[in-house]
Amino acid sequence: MQKLKQIRQTLSGNYAVAYAVKQVDVDVISAYPITPQTTMVEKLSEYVATGELQAEFIPVESEHSALSVVTAAAATGARVFTSTSSQGLLLMHEILFITAALRLPVVMAVANRAVSAPINIWNDHSDAMDQRDTGWIQIFAESSQEAYDTMIQAYRIAEDLRVRLPVMVNFDGYILTHTYEPVDTLPDEHVKEFTPRVKPPFRLNPDEPVSIGTLAPPDYYYEVKYQEINAIENSLPVIEEVSKKYGDLSGRYYSNVEQTSVNDADIVLVSMGALSGTARHVVRELRQHNIKAGLIRLRLFRPFPIKSIIDLISDAKAVGIIDRAVSPGAVGGPVFMEIAAIMKLYGIDVPIVNFIAGLGGRDVTPSDIKYMFDELQLTAISGKPKRPVYYIGLRGWNP
Amino acid sequence: MIYRTVRDLPTEEYFAPGHGLCAGCPIGILAKIVLKVSGKDSIIVNATGCGEVSTTLYPSTAWRVPWIHLAFENAAATASGVRAAYDAMIKKGLLNKDANIIVFAGDGGTADIGLQALSGALERGDRFLYICYDNEAYMNTGIQRSGATPFGAWTTTTPLGAKLSGREIFKKDLIGIAIAHKVRYAATAVPSYPFDLANKIEKGLKVNGPAFIHVLIPCTTGWRFDPSFTIKIGKLAVQTGLWPLYEYENGVFRTTVPVPRRKPVIEYLKLQGRFKHLLNKPELITEIQKYADELAQRFGLGPIEQ
Repeated sequence: MQKLKQIRQTLSGNYAVAYAVKQVDVDVISAYPITPQTTMVEKLSEYVATGELQAEFIPVESEHSALSVVTAAAATGARVFTSTSSQGLLLMHEILFITAALRLPVVMAVANRAVSAPINIWNDHSDAMDQRDTGWIQIFAESSQEAYDTMIQAYRIAEDLRVRLPVMVNFDGYILTHTYEPVDTLPDEHVKEFTPRVKPPFRLNPDEPVSIGTLAPPDYYYEVKYQEINAIENSLPVIEEVSKKYGDLSGRYYSNVEQTSVNDADIVLVSMGALSGTARHVVRELRQHNIKAGLIRLRLFRPFPIKSIIDLISDAKAVGIIDRAVSPGAVGGPVFMEIAAIMKLYGIDVPIVNFIAGLGGRDVTPSDIKYMFDELQLTAISGKPKRPVYYIGLRGWNP
Repeated sequence: MIYRTVRDLPTEEYFAPGHGLCAGCPIGILAKIVLKVSGKDSIIVNATGCGEVSTTLYPSTAWRVPWIHLAFENAAATASGVRAAYDAMIKKGLLNKDANIIVFAGDGGTADIGLQALSGALERGDRFLYICYDNEAYMNTGIQRSGATPFGAWTTTTPLGAKLSGREIFKKDLIGIAIAHKVRYAATAVPSYPFDLANKIEKGLKVNGPAFIHVLIPCTTGWRFDPSFTIKIGKLAVQTGLWPLYEYENGVFRTTVPVPRRKPVIEYLKLQGRFKHLLNKPELITEIQKYADELAQRFGLGPIEQ
C-alpha cells in the first residue's frame, strides 16, 4: 500500500478535535463553553466564521439546550457535533438517554473533568462515568493524536446503520485538551472518503412524515429499550472494524483494549486515558528489573469489551484497577465493579485490587504507579488482597 | 390570505381524529387550525404535556406531518436544532425546500421549566413559531399550579383551606417576557375566535425570526366545567377583558378583537369550578375585576356593560 501523505501539525487536544470536526464536515454545532473544553468550541466558531467549515453554529444558553439542539438536528438528518465537560455533561444527562434511545448518531467530545462540590476544574473521569447507563458508546483517548483519530472514527461508527447510536469521545481535561503535541492529520479528501454521508433510516421530512419520541405504553417501551441494548452490544464488532479500516488508512491501529507486556505478566494494572502513558513507562522500568508487570488500557468503556479483558487477565496472579472516579457507598470505583463482576461471572479466580487515584486533578506520579505494582506483588504472593480499595495519594488515609 | 370564514380555511386535515384528548379540549381545535394554515411542509416540535401524550400513543399518532418530542423543558432548543439542520442542509444543497417549524408547548413547558430554553432561542432570533397552549396549570400531571395559573384559582397545589383561597398571585406575564426578547411577532389567541387565531398563525409563520403566540386553552378537567362550554368560556375570557386578543408587530400593539362593552369577570368565573369558592369572597372578585380593568385600559377595551 502506498503510504498516505499526512500533515504533521502542532495542536492542543482541543484543536486536534476541532480540526477533525471540521474535516468530517459537520452541519450543525451547538455548545456552551465550559473549562477545559472552551478552546475547542472557540476554534470551531472561528472555522464557521471564516467559512472554512460550512455549518450552523448555535451558541445556546446551556448544555441542556446544546444537546437538545444537536439531537433534534440529527433527527432532521444533519451531521452534528457538541462538546462539554463536568457539570455541563451532568446538565445534559437527561437528554443523553433520549439521544441514545432515539438512535440518533450524535458525536460529542468530552474534556473529562471532576464534578462539584467542591468546584474543581481539573481532570478526572467522574463526569463520564456518570453517563455509563445512558446508552452512549464511550471511548477514552490516551493522547491528542488518538483524540483526533477517534473523532473521525466516531462519525463512521455512530452513523453505521448497524449501530445508529451516539458516541462520546472522552479525553482528559488540560492534560490533553491544553497540551500542544505533534499530531498527524489526514488530508481532507481522505477524511471525507472515510466518513461518507449515510442516508438515515428516518428523519423529519414532510414528504415522509414520522413521529419521533412518542409516548410508549408498557406494551411497547420494553421492546424499544431492548433494541437499544441490542444495538450497543452489536456495535462492538463495528467499532473493531472501523478501527481496523482507519488503521489501514492512517497506519494508526487502535484496539478496544490496548495492552503492554500483558502476555507473560504476573501483575497487571488496568487504566484509562492519559494516565496510561505514565503507567506504561513504569511497566517498562519494572520489566528492566525482571518484574513481570503488564498494563491494560481500556479504550472502550461502553460497550464494555468483556471478552478482550477476560482473555488478558485470566493468567495474571493479581490485577489492579485504577479508577479516576468513585461510587460512594459501593464496593469500589465503577471500572473496578465492572471487572469484578465479569470475573465472578466468567469464573476467573484472580485477586483484584481497586486503586482510586487522581481525583480532582491530583497528580498520579510514576512512584504512585510503582506503589500500586508493589501492592499487586504482595497480593500475588499472598493470593489475597489486604483490602479491596486503596486511595492513592490521599492525605490522612492511613490503611 | 386573510381568514374570515370557515370557507377560507384549507380543507386538508393534518391533525387526525382518534387522538386521546379529553372531550371538549381545544388543543385539538388549535392543532387542526395551525396545520390547516401551515400546510403539509410543517414540522411540529412538542414539549412534554397534555398535547403530546394524548396525540402520540405508540403505535398511533395523530400527526400527519413530521413531529418530534425530546423532553419537557427543551422544546425551544429542539426547534432551534431542527431549524439549524434545515438552514445548514439547504445551504449545502442537501435539502431543496424549507419547512415551517412550529412548537407546541403548554404553560408549564413554556412559562416554567422551559423558560430558559425559550429565552435562549428567542434571544438568538431562531426562526420558528412558538405556540404556548396555556391551560393555566399542570394539567398533564393532574392540575397543579403553574406560573400561568390565575389569581384565585383552585389547583391541587393551591388548595382551599382556612389559610388559602386558591392561588394568591397573578399570572406570569409570559407574552411580556417574549416581547422583552424583541421578538418580531407576538400575539394572544383563543380557539373560540378561530379566524383571529388563523390569521395570527399565518403572520407568525411569515416572520423572519421567532414568533410567539400565546393561546388560552380552557381545560374542562382542571377548570371544572361541562365540555359543552369550552368555546363559550374562551369567548367570555375575551369579553370580560381577562384575555384581550391583540398582536404585537414591529413594536406596535394592536387589538384584533374589539370589545366595545365588557362583561363583568363574574360571568367568566361563575362557570368554572376552580373559581367556585370565590363566590363567597367578593373582595377577591374585586381584585380580579381590577386586573381585567387594567388590561382593558391597556388594550382599549370598552367599559363594563350595565
